Amino acid sequence: MPIETATPPRPAPGIQYRVWFYRLRRWMWLGFAHVFCLTVAAGCLFPLVWMVSSSLKTQSTIFSDMSVLVRHAHWENYYWAWTRGHFSQYFFNSFLYTVVVVVGVIVISSLAAYAFSRLKFPGRDFLFILMISTMMIPIPGSFIALYVLLVKLHLINTRIGYILPQINGGLALGIFLLKTFFDKLPQDLEDAARIDGCNKFQVYRHVAMPLAKPAVAVLAVFNALAVWNEYLLAMLVFADRHLMPLQRGLILFQGSHITQYPLLMAGVTISIIPIITLYFLMQRYIVAGITAGALKM
Amino acid sequence: MRWARFKDYCTTYLFVAPAVALFLLFSLIPFLKIFQLSVFDWDGISSHMRFVGMGNFITALFRDPSWWISLRNAGVITILALTIQNFLALALALIVDREIKGKNFYRVVFYLPPVLSGIVVGLVWNWIFDGSHGLLNHALELLRQPQWARAWLADPHTALFSVAVIHMWKGFGWGFVILLAGLQAIPRELNEAARVDGASEWYIFSRITVPLMLPVFFLVSILTVLGTMQIYDIIVSTTNGGPGYHTEVPITRILNAMTGSNRFGYACSLGILFGLILLAVSMIQMRLSKWSSRFS
Repeated sequence: MPIETATPPRPAPGIQYRVWFYRLRRWMWLGFAHVFCLTVAAGCLFPLVWMVSSSLKTQSTIFSDMSVLVRHAHWENYYWAWTRGHFSQYFFNSFLYTVVVVVGVIVISSLAAYAFSRLKFPGRDFLFILMISTMMIPIPGSFIALYVLLVKLHLINTRIGYILPQINGGLALGIFLLKTFFDKLPQDLEDAARIDGCNKFQVYRHVAMPLAKPAVAVLAVFNALAVWNEYLLAMLVFADRHLMPLQRGLILFQGSHITQYPLLMAGVTISIIPIITLYFLMQRYIVAGITAGALKM
Repeated sequence: MRWARFKDYCTTYLFVAPAVALFLLFSLIPFLKIFQLSVFDWDGISSHMRFVGMGNFITALFRDPSWWISLRNAGVITILALTIQNFLALALALIVDREIKGKNFYRVVFYLPPVLSGIVVGLVWNWIFDGSHGLLNHALELLRQPQWARAWLADPHTALFSVAVIHMWKGFGWGFVILLAGLQAIPRELNEAARVDGASEWYIFSRITVPLMLPVFFLVSILTVLGTMQIYDIIVSTTNGGPGYHTEVPITRILNAMTGSNRFGYACSLGILFGLILLAVSMIQMRLSKWSSRFS
């Protein structure tokens, strides 16, 4: 056999068939996998597509026109929902609550987490365990007592009465996530800053916090989703329409305009645009957050 | 020296003071308060509170059938979520864990419903399940099966099941993400070594994947139970407990006792009973989880 053969020797026919069989089986498996996953994905997306297309129809066509692609899109539905449906007010409120709660959770829980991780003081472990255990124990009735308390403190139907309990709600996860993060940071940088004359707060502010950015991002996204989607507390706290966030506004709108589906769907679409945007921008952090929150429990 | 240390502690306490203050005011005090309120008959406003001892609990356990109905309804949805929703999540996670194209696309799409609020999901599905003009009934008409068409959320036979479908649609992506993270934490070498030794796919699944994933399975099921039993937003935006008591769940009953009929003490006792049930379930599952971690 000459050495300079360009083509490798052909395998025996039997082996060739086995290769074909193997490839066929792999293709079939891949085909099945993709068909299955794509079906489920379509099932996830279709209700949302349907929602958007319904929001562009009119009250008279929505019940007869079942097409997904709307011929004459009535974008004015969004204008009416925004103005007459008061969604501009709800939107502003939701935005305000989300920003304030997220900032509050990050500042307060990072301060506490830094102290629990790096500083020494009497009662440290007791306090830490006490606060984290609220994350583990389900207390479904506590909103009744919270409501009573807010009434007593004259915080019912006020913005602050809605914001403070929600900041508190985010603390357990925040302290837990950030403490585990600070625990893993090398101590050397902070020692160096201490020797250069930084006090405790300056070390926290200028050394520890800048390093903790990834964990802070996870926390921010996680809390933003939770506050934006919150309903139960908003229902208990608010009686005035001009203080209500979006979720509460949607239910109020549904109650008073029961059959105005196009406007309602326009309102729903408005309410999810920021959340979808945030989701696509910060998708990595969200996935990191749920797995961290769940798997480390 | 002692003065310096005292000053040092004081500044350290400033770090934890805001967190501790909020925690005491909005977590610990309400938690203790519900135990106090649960033994009183109180309308929430008047200064007079009548002590009734265990009366509220006795009423809840023996004289309030709607409470048991609500627990049963939530239980039915939970069992459906534990089986159908989690099996779907596991099947998808197992597929996507293999090297297939579009892994990231699937992950993004499947996790889309869980980031939406229960209110939004409920309102959209309300419109799909609508009795006269809903999408589902139209689809049935197109398939020439109009006899199946009905007001899905208003019909006593289908209301609870329809709510469960909505809940599972919203929830499976969450289970998928956690199960996928668990699967990807399994070292690849284990599977490959088994494959080189001639193990079949089923053998790898049952002898490597399942034992290593048991703690994650228990975690997902515990969180599914806790989340589903406390279902509320989807109920409010679709059926609001109706028709009759067919989709009442514990949280709607507690709220009804509280804001509907102004029986705050009774609402607190319902909350405590419900909390104990959830605690018992989590204890059992934590035991199982600890037991199962011996395998990995």
